[in-house]
Amino acid sequence: MNRIEAAFQNKKAFIPFITAGDPSLEVTQELVIRMAEAGADIIELGIPFSDPVAEGSVIQDADYRALSGGVTTDKIFDMVTRIRKVSNVPLVFMTYANPVYTYGTDHFMDNCKKAGIDGIIVPDVPYDEKTELQPYCEKYGITLISMIAPTSRERIHRIAKEAEGFLYCVSSMGVTGTRNEIGSAAEDMIRQVKEVKDIPCAIGFGISTPEQAKRMSGFSDGVIVGSAIVKIIAGYGKDCIPHVVEFVRGMKETM
Amino acid sequence: MSKGRFGIHGGQFIPETLMNAVIELEEAYLHYKEDEEFCKELEDLLNNYAGRPSLLYYAEKMTKDLGGAKIYLKREDLNHTGSHKINNVLGQVLLAKKMGKKRVIAETGAGQHGVATATAAALLGLECEVFMGKEDTDRQALNVFRMELLGAKVHAVTSGTMTLKDAVNETLREWTKRVEDTHYVLGSVMGPHPFPMMVRDFQSVIGKEVKEQLLAKEGKLPDAVVACVGGGSNAMGIFYDFIGDGQVRLIGCEAAGLGVDTDKTAATISTGTLGIFHGMKSYFCQDEYGQIMPVYSISAGLDYPGIGPEHAYLHDIKRAEYVAVTDQEAVEAFEYLSRMEGIIPAIESAHAVAYAKKLAPTMDRDQILVINLSGRGDKDVAAIARYRGVQIYE
Repeated sequence: MNRIEAAFQNKKAFIPFITAGDPSLEVTQELVIRMAEAGADIIELGIPFSDPVAEGSVIQDADYRALSGGVTTDKIFDMVTRIRKVSNVPLVFMTYANPVYTYGTDHFMDNCKKAGIDGIIVPDVPYDEKTELQPYCEKYGITLISMIAPTSRERIHRIAKEAEGFLYCVSSMGVTGTRNEIGSAAEDMIRQVKEVKDIPCAIGFGISTPEQAKRMSGFSDGVIVGSAIVKIIAGYGKDCIPHVVEFVRGMKETM
Repeated sequence: MSKGRFGIHGGQFIPETLMNAVIELEEAYLHYKEDEEFCKELEDLLNNYAGRPSLLYYAEKMTKDLGGAKIYLKREDLNHTGSHKINNVLGQVLLAKKMGKKRVIAETGAGQHGVATATAAALLGLECEVFMGKEDTDRQALNVFRMELLGAKVHAVTSGTMTLKDAVNETLREWTKRVEDTHYVLGSVMGPHPFPMMVRDFQSVIGKEVKEQLLAKEGKLPDAVVACVGGGSNAMGIFYDFIGDGQVRLIGCEAAGLGVDTDKTAATISTGTLGIFHGMKSYFCQDEYGQIMPVYSISAGLDYPGIGPEHAYLHDIKRAEYVAVTDQEAVEAFEYLSRMEGIIPAIESAHAVAYAKKLAPTMDRDQILVINLSGRGDKDVAAIARYRGVQIYE
């Protein structure tokens, strides 16, 4: 059993997202370690991209802050290497096709393995294009996380059958960002997944409160929270760590 | 293997939320392009609304002045709304209507594609929203008002560099929010499949007409066809029917901005590298880590960091040539054509005129060069005046 699979054993997984390098790689490193101690089961680390089309304004701004601070993919790999010396928390990269492809997909996955990355989520590489990444992920043992959305319909079975690690279920239409209301589409999507494969399903997009997390974890195997945490980081800057830790602990406790 | 590839380029690199939308779009397009009624309706719109076929004009004074190949101008500037953009837009908006969509959204740079989309939406009775970089809404205030006059809602995009690529990002985001009743009218031969194929097909009317018109006038094919390239829709439109005619040189003119050896350029083939962005694999202006670079050109319509995947393929197989034309060369060509032929070209099209000015004298007098005059230059007059130090604002 790999680290991602273990994260879902006999519990609901809480999966926070942060953008690497926002506000600095030093803070990101500390955040990862402290969020893991506070109960995060898997941590999603965003490699910032100049044009993140799946993100709402909160994470877009985090990407711009990180990039203007001089963060690069290589510096992020170095940070992950440092984290791995002190933490065993499952780490999943979240980024876009271009930073991976232009770096050299083989070289990128090789470095993921060396640094200790467990999986990767690439929202602009859908099922139909996954041969772009899959062979390299397999070669280096990096789990390629698939996504399903409320519009996936008949595609859900096809995607679920080949899914690995966990399935990222997009809760609602649109881009990332906190929402007051989250529709009930996810529950039905997860039911369809489980018809064809017994794979953990984590819900993301729009979840920001303990109440939402509790409700979503009622019918899923985990929840992913990004924008709500990135907002705290944006608000407190380098002093964000205790505030983020408190938020993560609160979310984990209600689930 | 994924769909919509041109060699290694193209594909469908978009979020899962949009996948069924592009699959349905492809199915609808493949159905309606063979549908007699659809084809008749579109032809009627093109001929009786947009003003097709556009003229193929023999530029006699220019030909004599340059002293080489016989120069013809394909007058897409005479179309309704002033550019080739209307060809694609009428096709897509009519298709959207057949698909039962209630609303269209579009990106625009200088505003040509936005105006064309707003026009077609007004005519065919669909809601229209246009996304335009904040920089561009400021620079092209007149076009913003024009779109509003046509009943469209214009959103100023404040993310990223606030220009065309960010307008595309924001339109994609908007599409993921509301995909069921909305069609994204993409303005160029770019984005995920089926857009590069579909937009090319709708624009290929340009090259088909050139072939017929030239055979009628000269009894032969051209020796060279020159067009400007941003995303590349007018170029793809005029190239497509000549790809199988190996003796016809196809030349795309990219915007070099201040020069391809500076960082103020938008020349993707000259300075870019392979990447995956905006739904497609192609060439992009980017750094070593795959971050998309800010690009620059005097022409807002060519100010884009990528190029359509079929152009990337034609470049790879060396079927088409891509050259870079600077701001200065384009402005000189803008002024040259105005004085020489009494035709004010769009600053985008002036890039093609500039290269033709260099190429024509190297060709024989019995050879033929066709320039795609993709748009008219009224929209650029104030910007050219400013370039020459005259402070005119619209």
